This record gives sequence, C-alpha cells and structure tokens, in this order.
Amino acid sequence: MSETPSNSPVDQMSFEQAMAELEQVVGKLERGDVPLEQSIALYERGAALKARCEAMLKAAEEKVEKIRAAEGRAVGTDPAEGL
Amino acid sequence: MSDLFEDPEPGATAGNTAGNAPEFTVSELSGAVKRVVEGEFGRVRVRGEVGRVSMPRSGHVYFDLKDDRSVLAAVSWKGQAARLTVKPEEGMEVIATGRMTTFPGQSKYQLIVDDIVPAGAGALMAMLEKLRQRLAAEGLFAAERKRPLPYLPQVIGVVTSPSGAVIRDILHRLRDRFPRHVLIWPVAVQGERCAPEVAAAIRGFNAIEPGGPVPRPDVLIVARGGGSLEDLWGFNDEAVVRAAAESRIPLISAVGHETDTTLIDHAADRRAPTPTAAAEMAVPVRRDLLSALDAFHARLGQATSRGLDWRGQRLRDLGRLLPQPEALTQAAGQRLDLWSGRLLSGLTQATGRKRAEFNTRAAHVRPRLLTDLTRRLAERVQTRADRLAPALTRQTAQGRRDLGRLSQRLAPDTLLRDAGRKRADLDRLTRRLTIAAEAQTQGWRTRLDALDRMRATLGYQETLKRGFAVVRGDGHVVTSKSAAEAAQSLEIEFHDGRLTAGAATPAPSRAAPKKPKEEPPEQGSLF
Repeated sequence: MSETPSNSPVDQMSFEQAMAELEQVVGKLERGDVPLEQSIALYERGAALKARCEAMLKAAEEKVEKIRAAEGRAVGTDPAEGL
Repeated sequence: MSDLFEDPEPGATAGNTAGNAPEFTVSELSGAVKRVVEGEFGRVRVRGEVGRVSMPRSGHVYFDLKDDRSVLAAVSWKGQAARLTVKPEEGMEVIATGRMTTFPGQSKYQLIVDDIVPAGAGALMAMLEKLRQRLAAEGLFAAERKRPLPYLPQVIGVVTSPSGAVIRDILHRLRDRFPRHVLIWPVAVQGERCAPEVAAAIRGFNAIEPGGPVPRPDVLIVARGGGSLEDLWGFNDEAVVRAAAESRIPLISAVGHETDTTLIDHAADRRAPTPTAAAEMAVPVRRDLLSALDAFHARLGQATSRGLDWRGQRLRDLGRLLPQPEALTQAAGQRLDLWSGRLLSGLTQATGRKRAEFNTRAAHVRPRLLTDLTRRLAERVQTRADRLAPALTRQTAQGRRDLGRLSQRLAPDTLLRDAGRKRADLDRLTRRLTIAAEAQTQGWRTRLDALDRMRATLGYQETLKRGFAVVRGDGHVVTSKSAAEAAQSLEIEFHDGRLTAGAATPAPSRAAPKKPKEEPPEQGSLF
C-alpha cells in the first residue's frame, strides 16, 4: 500500500480495483496518521472511486441473447425470448 | 447362438446321405446361410469381454468378444467406429449392439457393431478413472492452471440447452444478484451431439475477439441438470475436457447434481454443485455492494471530518497554551526600564571615576620634570662635544705621520732618470721628423713647380702673350657678337692688363667676330 493516493486513472479501473482502493483510502483516513494535505487528497480520491463503483453498480441491466453460430464461430446474436 | 448356427451343417450332411436332397453350390449354400443368420439376428446385444483388438489404417475396428467358452468375431466399420462413445479395449467388459452377418469368403460369421457401452456402472467408472488419470498426468487439472474469476463480469457466456430449467435457474439467480448481459450458446446436453457441441461452444466463446459484433464474455458457465451417468457422459468426453482446460476465459462447470462428478469439473476453473450456484459464483450481490459502497462512503466522510475536527481541536488547545504576547514582553520591558534608569547615573559615575584617575596622574606631571630631562640631555651633548676636538687632532696627527712615512718612500731620482731617457728619445724622434718632413716638403714643392709650369703653359694667359684677348661684358666672358651687343660695357683683357671699352659700337662689332674665333680653344682648356 503506497502512502500517497494511487495515480491510476479511476475511470479505467475495474470495479474490484476501485473498490479495493476505496477500502484502503478509508482505512488510511481512519487511522488518522496522514498529514492534513494528504488526507484531503485521499478524500477526493475516495470520492472519485466511490463514484466509479456506484456508476458500475447502477449500470446493471439484464440482457439475454442466444449465439448464432456458423462453423464453430459466433457470428451474431438473437434475443432470447421467454426465459 | 453357436448351437443354432452349427445345426444346419449336420442337417445338410444328412440330406446328402439321403441321396434325393437338393444339391447346393458353395456360394448358394453360403448365401442361404447368410440370409438365415441376418434374418434371425438382425439386431442383437451381446455381452462379453473384449479380446484382441485390431485397428488397421482402413479405419475399421476388428475385435473379438469372448466369454469363458466361446469367441465371437466383431467388426465396427469406419463410420460406426467414429461414432462409438466407448472405444473397445482389450479386457473391457462391454455390451455390444449390432447385427450378425457372415463372411462367405472365409466361412466366418461376425457381429457388425454400431454401439458399445461398458457393461455395468463399475466398468464405466473404471474407464472414466483411466481417462481421468491420463488427463491428470498431462497436467490438465493442475491447480496452477486455474484462473481467478472476475469479480464483476460484464458479459457471461452460458453453454447449455436454451430450453429447460437450467438456463432459467441461472438467469433467475443472476437477476436476483446482479443483472448482466448473458450470451447463451445452445448445445445438446446429452446424446451423441453433446460432447462435440459443448467443446465447440467453449472454443467458440474463446474465439470471440474483443470489440467485435458479439461481446466477448468475461466468464463462462457450462451447465447441465442432473441425470444418469450415461446422460452426463458427454461432459466426460476428452474433447470437452480439453476445451475447458484450454479456455482462456475463466470457466465454471455446473453439470448434474452435487454428487455427480464429471471430468469437465476437474478441468474447470471453478466447479459449481448446481447451475444456481454457478450464477452465484459468477456475480456478486449488487445490493450488498451498494450498501458496502455506501458504508465506505460514510466512513470516508467521517474519517475526513474527524481528522479535521481533531486537528481543529488540537489547534485550539495549542492556541490556548500559547502565552499572551504582553506577558512575553513585560519582563523585558521592566528590565529595560530598570537599566535605562541606571544608565545616566552609571555614565556620571564612570565619568567621575575617570576624572579622579586623570587628576591623580596629572598631579605628577610638572615642568621641572621636563627641564631636568633637557639638562641631562644637554650635559650628554657637551660631554660628547668636548671629546670631539681632541679626537680630531689625534686623527690628523696620525694621518700626517702616515703621509711623512709614505713621502719618504717616494724616490725623485728614479723619476728624473726616467725623464732624461725619455727626453733623449724625444729629441731623436724630433730630428728624424724634421728631416723626413723637409724631404717630404721638398718633393711636394718640386711637383708643385712642375705642375704650375704645366698649368702656365696650358692656361689662357700664355695664349694672351701670343696675341689673343679675352672680352668680358658686364663681368661675364662674351663669346658671341649678340652678347657683345647686348652688354652695357665691354672689357678686354690682354696679357699685360685690361682695357675697358665703351658701349656697343660699330667698332666692337668688328672686333667681335674676331674674338669668338679665338676664344673657344681658350675656354675649353680653361674649364
């Protein structure tokens, strides 16, 4: 765990990465041993991570399709009805 | 069976002995036998142990089926052999299904086999175990091959039958937990088509390129409901197991019920006991995540504000501990007042002390001290001066004595002798000089006289004696008539004197022509 907030762009992180880093950020802030300026940066990072996770959770939409295969390869999809 | 087959032969032999029995050719009889055998045993199931197996390049499979007393030749033609789910292996207890026929060329009868199943569950399990061990030895089931499942897949690929309870169970559980994009690759989940279709579906999902028209799944589920060992047999197929092991997309197997284990379960990255459990493995519960996220967010805010509060409190506490600024300066101010009050008196005292000291010293300073010093110095000068004159006299006397001594040593005779000798030399040289000078002078005089004589003979004055004259006009020698005419006056020189003539007249013009004729040689010799 690095002392300063990670530099990786939040909008490219997977849900799991963002969630794990959010947990680290919260843990660091709760220990209260970070300097004031860094704690503000951590808070901002944490807020961004939370927004990223939330967006991915909100984008939960069911879509069920059947593969249309030709010679062993998926060439398209058809909506799956009635499942 | 063999009893039935052997019966006709004794019958035929019996007919021959009877004499009036019809006579067959070999081929006729063989054909008759073939018809009987094929008609009687068009479809039979035979249980026995597989004996010697032969698989020539033709693709047909020849083997023996035997029990403790008899042996039956069996063959599976190329097309049939390819469809066999169980390949015959020596020692295997099987139930072979097929039809009987004969091979007239060798007087043989044989079973054409189109299906073989292991005889009994024990044999099937033994065969399964053998395959499992072989694939395990290849490392297909190794723990290090297992890939972790993605935490939150966007797309889930499901290999199963599109109809039936299995896909409904999966979709239902996904819907509960975290609705996702599901791609179903429809396959047969039992029977002959099962294994090749499942293997093809797993490979097909892996062949999808990211960014193509069909999204590439992040995780795969291979699912089938419960069934008999034979029903699930396709999921033990080597091709299916290999496809699952080679899948680059993490794969969850969910075949049969919890107690059923198929080989694909060993090759899968995760094994789910049921299709529903597979859905639970595939996605987290969205609600839980949302609440966890909210909890994190709340803790984030609390921790931050607590950090700020704590710092603020600490700041206020420290601020209170800070002493008042006046308190810091008061003591110093007081000291300043004290010392500045004592400054003036201190100065006065110091001045007084210095003055007293000065007075003490000044008291010792008197004119007498100076005059005494002067007198002492004057006395010292006098003493020295008194000693000066005698010293000088003494010095002079000494010098004089030295001079006298040196003078005595000076010898005038020597000088006089030397002078006399030098005078004689001088006289001798003087005489020789006089003689030489006179001789020299005499020579020069003789030469001068000779040269003067020569000069006199060559000079124009001698010419004048011979009757020539020199005419001068205004001081210059006149050599032409025009010059004579231009002159103010003319002077004629003869050898015995000069005569001045008047201004230019007819008379001089007479004399003029004569003179220039005479003069040039004279002038040429002159200059």
